[in-house]
Amino acid sequence: MTTIRIALLHLRVGLMNDLQYRVNFALQVLQSLLAVATGLIVFSLVFSHTTELNGWTQSELLALLGVQAIMAGVIHSVIQPNMMRLTEDVRDGKLDHALTKPVDSQALVSVREVQLWQAVDIPIGAVLIGVALARIGGDIGVLDALAFAFALALGAVVLYCFWLVLATGSFWVVHMWFLPELFEGIFQTGRWPVGIYPDWLRFGITFLVPIAFAITVPAEAVTSRLDWQTLGFTALFTVGALAVSRWFWRFGLTRYTGASA
Amino acid sequence: MSTLPAVSPPRQEGRLRSLGDFYVTTMRTQIQAQFQYRAATYMYLLGMVAEPVIYLVVWSTIADQSGGTVGGLTAGQFAAYYIVWTLVRTMNIVFTPYGWEWRIREGELSGQLLRPLHPIHYDIAGFAGEKIPWLLYYLPIAVVLTLVFDPTFDVRPVEIVVFAVAIWGAYLIRTFNQSALGLVTFWTTRVGALFSLYIVLELLLAGRLVPLTLLPGWAQALSWLLPFRWTFYFPIETLVGDLSNAELVVGLGMQVLWTVVGIGIFSLVWRRAIRRYTAVGN
Repeated sequence: MTTIRIALLHLRVGLMNDLQYRVNFALQVLQSLLAVATGLIVFSLVFSHTTELNGWTQSELLALLGVQAIMAGVIHSVIQPNMMRLTEDVRDGKLDHALTKPVDSQALVSVREVQLWQAVDIPIGAVLIGVALARIGGDIGVLDALAFAFALALGAVVLYCFWLVLATGSFWVVHMWFLPELFEGIFQTGRWPVGIYPDWLRFGITFLVPIAFAITVPAEAVTSRLDWQTLGFTALFTVGALAVSRWFWRFGLTRYTGASA
Repeated sequence: MSTLPAVSPPRQEGRLRSLGDFYVTTMRTQIQAQFQYRAATYMYLLGMVAEPVIYLVVWSTIADQSGGTVGGLTAGQFAAYYIVWTLVRTMNIVFTPYGWEWRIREGELSGQLLRPLHPIHYDIAGFAGEKIPWLLYYLPIAVVLTLVFDPTFDVRPVEIVVFAVAIWGAYLIRTFNQSALGLVTFWTTRVGALFSLYIVLELLLAGRLVPLTLLPGWAQALSWLLPFRWTFYFPIETLVGDLSNAELVVGLGMQVLWTVVGIGIFSLVWRRAIRRYTAVGN
């Protein structure tokens, strides 16, 4: 309970800070729209040569792009800023400030930063999904919508766990400046259905790097191709990822020595 | 400057020689620095390789679906294209406008302005030096990609020579374009949105997303009027495509042209921009 209150407080301070810089909002919208436009141009190029890709139509892929944009918004606004700050604090020996507080350390290092304007990708993604659904036609039942919301939430948690494992690596590896580049590269695989990749890569972006769970599964829910077993398995995988990343975080902490100690 | 006597030829020669020394030394330092952080650099490269691999997979899938070829290209040719793409991308990494933004906003430029050489020399030499370790890092990646995706190559010796020159042309064109863009920070403090626009144009018109032959006709025609084509598509095509000797010469000529244009724009903007520069403290 206290943890949630602290998280909300950090969120509020972060929001108030970002609200000071309103031009940045316009610039961020511009950049996000450019990224979406590029995605759409690539789709139109691809579909000028084919009518479907691995069983997905253009509208269905648009929904997938929307899910990827939503996840990108979540990652860039809350997950990545916190995790990058964590790696910097470990390197500079400043993590003491977080460790000595009487709250759970993993919770605290996960809520200290927020970059509000990066979250514009979330409404943009929602619009893309809306357009995609309108073009697909068909009915989306209440159950489908719930499954989609649930799958999205699971996806965000799974990506958080993955980032936490990466950032915890900073207890061993000092230089982590490459993390955003590395993650961004892998994350781009999520713009396409996981089924098109060769087996070894599909395995990699399903289990090692959980892009498939985070993006393809919610997109399957919204395009009515998700079965309940897959959703159940995703939930189980998410619980497992939470447990493993927490264990790894605690293991990494034992390696921390601080700057002044 | 105008009060100095005209520079005599021997002095000019001395200046050139010391500039050469400067480049060699800076490159050597950069090579050693890069070898120190092998793991970090490798992780960075792996993130970068994801982009071509994704497009390779997408276009191979389409080629397979539509009976073997898309726009006249086979899966093997796509594989060759994107494997060489990776090398060209590694070799044309430059100091980005974000770097200039940081340098100008934080006042880092003050110290660099006091040095006897123009700051751009440090960028060009430093990033050129990095290419050598990066080339070594690329080789195992190329081997793995070749084993996995089975590319088809048909290369003439002269094409290898032209390629070796063209990747440096691509490097220079990108350096001056992106540095000129970075100078915009003197007026705007932030360059992100403008740089995003530049990258979108490059993605589409340089052949960075897809081989240019897959674009609609008007876009292909447009690519001839802009510098982007010569920074990705041309170097890649020297190895992968079937260019005639005349086309190779035209390509190198266009690279020289765009390098000169780039230098011109950069120096013009630089002269106006530097008057606006102010820094606090230090």
